[in-house]
Amino acid sequence: MKIERRVISVIVQNEHSVLARITSLFAARGYNIETLTVAPIPESNMSRLTIETRGNVRVIEQIIKQLHKLIPTYKVIEHEEMVEKEMVLMKFPINESLANIQALCEAYNGGIANVSSQHIITMVADEPKRVKHFIEAAQRFHPVEIVRGGVVAMERE
Amino acid sequence: MEMTGAQMVIEAMKLEGVDTVFGYPGGAIMNVYDEIYKQNDFRHILTRHEQAAVHAADGYARATGKVGVAFVTSGPGFTNAVTGLATAYMDSVPMVVISGQVPITMIGTDAFQEIDATGISRSCTKHNYLVRSAKELPLILKEAFYIASSGRPGPVHVDIPKDVTAELATFEYPTHVDLPTYRPTTKGNVRQIKKAAEAICNAKRPVFYLGGGVISSGSADLVREFVQTTQIPAVETLMARGALRHDDPLLLGMVGMHGSYQANMAMSEADLMIALGPRFDDRVTGKLSEFAKHAKVIHVDIDPSSIGKLVDVDYPIVGDLKEVLEVMMPKVKECVDPDRFQAWRNILKRYNEIHPMQFEDSDKVIKPQWVIKRVGEILGERAVVSTDVGQHQMWTAQFYPFSYPRQLVTSGGLGTMGFGFPAAMGVKRGMPDKVSINFTGDGSILMNIQELVTAVEARLPVVNIILNNHYLGMVRQWQTFFYDKRYAETDLSFQPDFVRLAEACGGVGYRVETKEDFDEALEDAVNKGVVAMIDVIVDREENVLPMVPSGGTLYNMMLEYKD
Repeated sequence: MKIERRVISVIVQNEHSVLARITSLFAARGYNIETLTVAPIPESNMSRLTIETRGNVRVIEQIIKQLHKLIPTYKVIEHEEMVEKEMVLMKFPINESLANIQALCEAYNGGIANVSSQHIITMVADEPKRVKHFIEAAQRFHPVEIVRGGVVAMERE
Repeated sequence: MEMTGAQMVIEAMKLEGVDTVFGYPGGAIMNVYDEIYKQNDFRHILTRHEQAAVHAADGYARATGKVGVAFVTSGPGFTNAVTGLATAYMDSVPMVVISGQVPITMIGTDAFQEIDATGISRSCTKHNYLVRSAKELPLILKEAFYIASSGRPGPVHVDIPKDVTAELATFEYPTHVDLPTYRPTTKGNVRQIKKAAEAICNAKRPVFYLGGGVISSGSADLVREFVQTTQIPAVETLMARGALRHDDPLLLGMVGMHGSYQANMAMSEADLMIALGPRFDDRVTGKLSEFAKHAKVIHVDIDPSSIGKLVDVDYPIVGDLKEVLEVMMPKVKECVDPDRFQAWRNILKRYNEIHPMQFEDSDKVIKPQWVIKRVGEILGERAVVSTDVGQHQMWTAQFYPFSYPRQLVTSGGLGTMGFGFPAAMGVKRGMPDKVSINFTGDGSILMNIQELVTAVEARLPVVNIILNNHYLGMVRQWQTFFYDKRYAETDLSFQPDFVRLAEACGGVGYRVETKEDFDEALEDAVNKGVVAMIDVIVDREENVLPMVPSGGTLYNMMLEYKD
């Protein structure tokens, strides 16, 4: 069976060790987590997790059912038609060309976030595939540190 | 009303109608035990090991259908209970286990007898709680009982820090539970049910595949009616033994690794499998790609994650089996022609004539299967039968004449040696009018042997029947078949005198080497009314057959073993 990439959102009750329940489910059943983001949903007692995972159709189906089975899980959304974004921070040495770095970032929906005496820090937020391209393109400026934020997604409709 | 956390625990037991708690005290749970001392609403049975407390609660739950309850202390008390939780989890047994924990103020400091209990139990319970304050306790306890017994049942673990059991708060016990995040689907999809009913009527070679869900959902009566009206043959998993009567001509026997030839052939040749509450365990299916490969599959289960987990399903129906059958049966009755399956039934009958489920008896040694058959003849429906794990477990499943649901109590999923004896104590407590038999092996019995003391003290006269072959028999059998008889660490020739061991604890013991002695010993043991140990010396080299070797196919069984 073909291995595919999937983005799943899970809405859970905001309670003690709920994140541990989810991650230990993935660990115990041998599922992959590529990226994971978590934050509380404003004005509710719920949190939203976005999980980027990989697996064949049967595995993905099981992941969704097993997530559902957890008692604090309110909803599991298997994204089909979605807007997805990922943020990345990158740090470059100050001797690299600020103008070139800025131009590259702007091409990817970002810009310069901070400049200190030692480093330039950039921020880009774009589709995960484009973020990957950005990271590749930025290699020629000799980045010293890369922080990826993980995928967040929202259904179009 | 204001009360301490410990008092709340006792009140909740009362309100949940708990009549028995199995447990073992310790530092972190002392406040709760102090309240147990002061009350008369339920009986506390002191086991001699926490593992046994949880197995006893499990046996009680399996035999009665009620929620089993066990109390243990923090740290080692809890870790000893983990095997019990995992056993119940794998077999979907409703249970609430309450553990003490070090005070909240000391959590995370590696305090004396501190362990991250909820961290450990997370993967072997249906749900768990670490209680943060006494005011949360009533709701948590209510939810614990509700979650344990609803949907697909399972054990729930509640970890209560010592300061919470001393803390005062208002006690208002909720009358019902409303969890927006937990709403098991009980009604099956009617369109799907209708399609499944049509498939049944149009099948040529249908077979019922009955799983533990038939027992836990209380649908055995409906299933019997369903089988009767359709005249469709049925196979049972280990967990479904007793769903149909042993003498029902439509019952093909147990399916799987040590199932009957006709049951496994029925699965292999069926064109429609009607799976009611099983979970397609590897011990049932053998090699998945060859499992029932000619069959369309109807699968009814309360747990959506069971459906399609291992086998593609043509008619998935999520719901409570009882509710689904109540809708499905009338639809099937409208269109079904029982005569249509006559040719199919004849084929299966022929299979059974060629290779019936039998054993070769002997005059020289006692065959283990004979013992089980004999107990069946003598006690039959009077006994609820528990087992440990190994050869004796499979022989019990093959040869005991089960007549009603919950008559067999056995650790199927986890396969826990040491389960049988404490579970049989729980059975006796829950079903005092039945004879509580535990078929066990000379390996398994030693894994919770300390419970002899509990059984004597608490007056739970379990009859343990050791099928003693001086081997760790099932492993020895695999070594014989697949490891060229290299019997690595399976020879248990050095063993205690089981008769004197039983007597030392205040029970009775019998050593049996002839068939005549067995009948006498059994009669005496049942009448004595005290825990008994019948040590039956059986044929050492007997194997459990037929057998589907691990990863083999159901239609290719090993029917005999030639040395």
